[in-house]
Amino acid sequence: MTTQQHYLLQARQMQALSFSVHIPLVCFGIAFPTLLLFVEWLYLRTGDPLYRTLARRWTNVMVALFAAGVVTGTILSFEMGLLWPAFTATFGSVFGLGFAVEGFSFFLEAIFLGIYVYGWNRLSPRLHFASGIPMALAGFTGSLMVISVNGWMNHPSGFRLSHGKAVDVHPFQALFENSYFWHELIHMYLAGYIVTGFLLAGAYAVLRLRGRWSRYEQTALAIPLTVAALASPVQGLVGDWSGREVARYQPTKLAALEGLPQTTTGAPIHVLGWYSSGGVEYGIRIPKLLSLLAYHRFDARVRGLDAVPPRDRPPVNIVRFAFQTMVGIGTLLALLGLVYLAVRIRRRRLPRSTWFYRAVALAGPLSVVALISGWVTTEVGRQPWVVYHVMRTSQAVTGAGGIPVGYGTLVLVYALLVAAVAWILWRLARRPLDLEPAAPAAETD
Amino acid sequence: MHLYLIPLVFALIGLAFYTVLGGADFGAGFWQLTAGKGRRAEAVREHAHAAMAPVWEANHVWLIFVLTVVWTAYPTAFGSIASTLSIPLFIAAVGIIFRGVAYALRAGAAGPRELSVIDTIFSISSVLTPFALGTAVGGIASGRVPVGNAAGGQFSSWLNPTSILIGVFAVASAAYLAAVFLCADATKLNDRSLEEQFRRRALGAGVVAGAVALAGLGVIASDADRIFDRLTAGAGLPGLVVSLLAGVLTLALVWRRHYEPARYSAAVAVAAIIAGWALAQSPVFLPGLTIRAAAAPRSSLIAIIVSVLGGAVILFPSLALLFRLVLSGRLADSGKGLELRPRSRLVRASQRGFLARAAIAFLIAGIGLLTVAEAAWAHALGVFSLLGFVALGFPAALPPEVVPHTHEPSAKTGELH
Repeated sequence: MTTQQHYLLQARQMQALSFSVHIPLVCFGIAFPTLLLFVEWLYLRTGDPLYRTLARRWTNVMVALFAAGVVTGTILSFEMGLLWPAFTATFGSVFGLGFAVEGFSFFLEAIFLGIYVYGWNRLSPRLHFASGIPMALAGFTGSLMVISVNGWMNHPSGFRLSHGKAVDVHPFQALFENSYFWHELIHMYLAGYIVTGFLLAGAYAVLRLRGRWSRYEQTALAIPLTVAALASPVQGLVGDWSGREVARYQPTKLAALEGLPQTTTGAPIHVLGWYSSGGVEYGIRIPKLLSLLAYHRFDARVRGLDAVPPRDRPPVNIVRFAFQTMVGIGTLLALLGLVYLAVRIRRRRLPRSTWFYRAVALAGPLSVVALISGWVTTEVGRQPWVVYHVMRTSQAVTGAGGIPVGYGTLVLVYALLVAAVAWILWRLARRPLDLEPAAPAAETD
Repeated sequence: MHLYLIPLVFALIGLAFYTVLGGADFGAGFWQLTAGKGRRAEAVREHAHAAMAPVWEANHVWLIFVLTVVWTAYPTAFGSIASTLSIPLFIAAVGIIFRGVAYALRAGAAGPRELSVIDTIFSISSVLTPFALGTAVGGIASGRVPVGNAAGGQFSSWLNPTSILIGVFAVASAAYLAAVFLCADATKLNDRSLEEQFRRRALGAGVVAGAVALAGLGVIASDADRIFDRLTAGAGLPGLVVSLLAGVLTLALVWRRHYEPARYSAAVAVAAIIAGWALAQSPVFLPGLTIRAAAAPRSSLIAIIVSVLGGAVILFPSLALLFRLVLSGRLADSGKGLELRPRSRLVRASQRGFLARAAIAFLIAGIGLLTVAEAAWAHALGVFSLLGFVALGFPAALPPEVVPHTHEPSAKTGELH
């Protein structure tokens, strides 16, 4: 299927927009049920109504975020066909299984969310707690399945291509025996906890700055912040591992991340700066660090962009800028986490500095920026391929017209969606704190 | 049955579930949209929302199920359908976003005025989505989707007599399904006036849906003769007959106020017409493409069949649980309550010290295995060690403000005010 599509870039941007709206919601799908269950467990353990109030208020937030997550996820599955029909038509038999199994995870999440939300006051405490567990598990298996597909796109195997058709297909091997997929999964899984943790904690940090600081706010801040503080330094280690996997399987992507024009032994790293064809300009150069990080040897040979013809290279500055943004923010978040842990260990309490809470309030949105930058890094870094070294994105795109119209519509609709979600969260936050929640009927919606 | 047909049967079962359950959700939105103003309208809207809120997400996942099964098992057909019918599918997608936003907004809205605005704006999707999806089905049924990347007419593939007919029928039958379901739910609430309102809506929508269906046969006869012939005289006939009978039976049941069986006969009417369509169209998937030729390689078919069967084992009991809870208002429990087991301060403190040390041990092990070591097995262990560090470090690092070391609940609540 060869077609002319003048709006390939718009199609890619439309896909990127759809991901950027959905992925922060995925983070909540990964981490929120677990945090919520922890709070509910505290309630069951102590009988303290504060935990129950917190769990119920978080449940309302989760309902709103899940609704947005469900529909934005549905859009993504539509776009597999609407934007990239040739990709799906050629390789659906290879990767489709991952999404089909993910569909069941999605089912379980939706079903047990329904039971969990509807079941407050209708189920025994034990049963209600248990009904949240499949939701937490499905959040993990769902991301596992989706990322198995992304791992396959970056490091495809399990098929042969014959006359433009996938033959000799082994879907299970393609998706789950893929060495490229584990680091992506763990990196994203931790990101889920970091984004959810800092965003939730950030909301209560804002309340702290406004002078609301009872035990309720302290609890609501400390639980997500503790998770995020532990996960963000670990993310640095996992990110370093991811870097080595990229070096091994996608050397061209690595060269784009670091702006390395020629194959080099003892390759340096540049912090900041701008890539032009000769290399990075105005960057801070750290000699031999890239060789060390990627291959654990100072004089290791790192493949440059010149290893492939220009038409097979990703747009270096976008990838590099996104990568540096992710690493920069990730480093700041890890430092913030370490400050929190240090205060906790030395002073055995929460930090008291106003600056700390300002930083936490900022960390939430920043973590979302890092998350999206990370996905831009890997997805744009894979370009011009949709299936690495097998199918170009330009071969995958739809031949249908009207992409600019669709893109414009989606921008408007998603602006509305984001505004609506922001409004609901604001409304939910303003609901007066009630230690013993009112009638059960009010809680079903 | 041939291997290459099995995933299609799965997809059609999924489509029937989506049409019944997702259809009921859109139908509920239709009644929210048309409720009008005033206190009775508020009650109608509230009932339509409250009955669907716990189940709508699960109901929508059926659509994703259908999409994923089709693109895995019949990738060429999926690519052709999605690219030619991109406009109606995109409209449906936008409608689905609106529907979700309405539910999300409902979680935070307070006053009846806000609710009425939300329902009115966002329920437009309840008409848009079933109509658009219906037109897409019409495009496939009338043979207007050729094989290839956007090879068919971008407008003629879905703006044609058959498509419009099926689109209108989808809206009417969704409204009908929803009204029948909501009648049954209203009886559960012992709300006679609400029941009566939805009974009238069910009867009205049922008559309209039936009239559209009958008039539609004439449209299909002139516009899509292959499917018409096979639906009225060939393989699809049993489906058509069963659907008509079940539709009439549902009307009779609603008339006599037997709502619970009406739920099921309405579902049968929908499932039968989908089966009839599939039988009438078989063995052709798209013009020039048989189901057999469209099917993925054998290994992919086996993989998807195994996965769907495995998933179904988990899915159906879970769904049963959800619907039992929502329809009966509660779930039976073993009756054993949860006893609170507060720990003494000493035990907890020593546990925390142990947890912290274990967490740090895991961290050091993780750095060694993941960052320094090179072997794949070491990396796997390293990842588990680092996750162990987070998991054990979390309870150890929670500040004392959060988890007080006392176990009298009354002592803690005072600080809140």
